[in-house]
Amino acid sequence: MKILVCISKAPDTTAKIAFTDGNTKFDENGVQFIVNPYDEWYALVRGLELKEANGGTVTVLNVGGAENDPIIRKALAIGADDAVRIDAAATDALSVAKQISNYAKDKGFDLIFLGKETIDYNGSQVGGMVAELMNLPYVSLATKIDVSGDVATVERDIEGGVEVVEVTGALVLSAAKGMAEARIPNMRGIMAARTKPLAVEAGTDVTAVTSIKNFELPPAKSACKLVAADNVEELVSLLHNEAKAI
Amino acid sequence: MSILIYADSSNGKLTKNAFEAANYGAQLAQQTGSSATALVTGTVSGIEELGKYGISKVLHASDATLDSFDPQKITHVIAEAAKSIGADTIIFSHDYSGKSVAPRLAAKLDAGLVSGAIALPNTDGGFVVKKAVFSGKAFAFVEVNSATKIVSVLPNSIEKKIGEGSAAIEAFAVEIPTTNLKVKEVRKESTELSLTEADIVVSAGRGLKGPENWGMIEELAHELGAATACSRPVADIGWRPHHEHVGQTGFAIRPNLYIAIGISGAIQHLAGVNGSKVIVVINTDAEAPFFKAADYGIVGDAFEVVPKLIEAVKKLKAQQ
Ligand SMILES: Cc1cc2nc3c(=O)[nH]c(=O)nc-3n(C[C@H](O)[C@H](O)[C@H](O)COP(=O)(O)OP(=O)(O)OC[C@H]3O[C@@H](n4cnc5c(N)ncnc54)[C@H](O)[C@@H]3O)c2cc1C
Ligand SMILES: Nc1ncnc2c1ncn2[C@@H]1O[C@H](COP(=O)(O)O)[C@@H](O)[C@H]1O
Repeated sequence: MKILVCISKAPDTTAKIAFTDGNTKFDENGVQFIVNPYDEWYALVRGLELKEANGGTVTVLNVGGAENDPIIRKALAIGADDAVRIDAAATDALSVAKQISNYAKDKGFDLIFLGKETIDYNGSQVGGMVAELMNLPYVSLATKIDVSGDVATVERDIEGGVEVVEVTGALVLSAAKGMAEARIPNMRGIMAARTKPLAVEAGTDVTAVTSIKNFELPPAKSACKLVAADNVEELVSLLHNEAKAI
Repeated sequence: MSILIYADSSNGKLTKNAFEAANYGAQLAQQTGSSATALVTGTVSGIEELGKYGISKVLHASDATLDSFDPQKITHVIAEAAKSIGADTIIFSHDYSGKSVAPRLAAKLDAGLVSGAIALPNTDGGFVVKKAVFSGKAFAFVEVNSATKIVSVLPNSIEKKIGEGSAAIEAFAVEIPTTNLKVKEVRKESTELSLTEADIVVSAGRGLKGPENWGMIEELAHELGAATACSRPVADIGWRPHHEHVGQTGFAIRPNLYIAIGISGAIQHLAGVNGSKVIVVINTDAEAPFFKAADYGIVGDAFEVVPKLIEAVKKLKAQQ
């Protein structure tokens, strides 16, 4: 089984969110970058589990510059066999999706895994776009996948429930919580990652169709109104009369 | 400008999110002096209701093969509908269906997509849409430069404008492609309220000490007509089911009222709930970070406060 896992780089979940250049650029000063959690914890680990059960290979792919190599090495340390970095700016979702599909289209991957969304731009877009560009079925926000022969049985989140689908042949999937348990790389993995292949390929020429004009921070929250613990009725009255929330 | 809205359905009825997306499209049409047409797929009743949300014309692709949700087929039908009315703007809800179809359509039409919009586009000389980024810790204004533009609207984020009127329904015949995907089963988690759609959510964390103490949380939720949620460690240790986990790595929710009990308010938790309109925090620790994000708070022991809160809510309901 040939598995491709697309990984992106994201600011650490505790990073301070600030902007520079007149609120047009994310301030990377002092920010630590990680593998986007959905890509690492769920997509990559489930890919590795399927490979361990059925044989095959897991390749990780990132679209971006050389500054992304540390997060790619992290994915190799967790257990991916090899890595590819498409050396192109990740300008918007559609251009990233085009880079991924241009690379993947003639490689014969059985499964292409992505994360449910990136935790910085929260797009939830790239997976569906890759699927359409490659004319493959797409299962979004999948929480479970089992493979038997060339049939995959996948569960995905839907409003207030779960849908079970069966896909024959290759598919694209975006992984949400439930897919797998996060793995921590061990010393052997980290050592091995140093010598695993990380191929750098030139990107194709694509144009972005969306761009971020500027950012804005949410207005500061007004102070919390405290109610005494022995005066719970006051809270209910505030929620009813003032906030009109109950 | 001509606007097409994909109005999704579940169990033969349009969803709350579908009406919201329709209303967003209708408001955008009014803003730009263009027309808004909705598209409904599969066997669905009550379609004329869309009229109240500002839609005068609905295309209905009623082929029963569209009853189960196959994003590849739906994408094809939407693209055909867009072509037939010459749509240059297509609207979705940023819900589970929207997330699986809107990106496909964007790739098919080579269109820019803004997902999770929280306001109408600014169409003064361009097309710029506001959305939340960094898990609600900031907003971005995204410009779309392609000829066709796609927007998916974050549920529960726009003010609805409801009026009178009934939508005219036109049958939309379209050939449906075959795919390699089959929907085998649809399981609703329970008959209870779905977490992502609930107006009120009662949530609890590690401060509750153990799963046996959730009775009062469920009772409070029941009295308020609320859904229940929890913090990540609580789901991870198995005190509560995984589908209740909210936060950066769980569900992101935006209810009108979020009541957090015995949850410290870690940044990753806040990332999933900071879109809530009103936040109430109950915590023994006055220094808990959650109070900084709260509108109302009680510094106190959940085991004393929650039973009293249940009584107070019952009393309020009895008065109404
Ligand atoms: C990458 C990453 C992603 C994460 N994603 C998420 C996520 O999606 N969602 C999430 O929730 N967490 C997430 N976390 C974990 C997060 O950092 C916190 O550890 C977690 O939210 C804490 O859960 P808690 O508030 O229930 O527990 P604690 O932090 O242990 O807080 C318990 C609170 O209960 C209070 N308390 C104790 N006794 C009582 C009582 N009797 N009455 C009232 N209050 C009481 C305490 O004062 C304390 O504030 C993530 C962490 C990482 C690193
Ligand atoms: N630059 C990138 N390189 C490789 N994969 C990416 C990149 N950006 C996003 N992805 C993948 O697409 C998923 C969804 O991203 P998004 O649509 O931006 O929320 C991520 O979880 C990754 O799996």
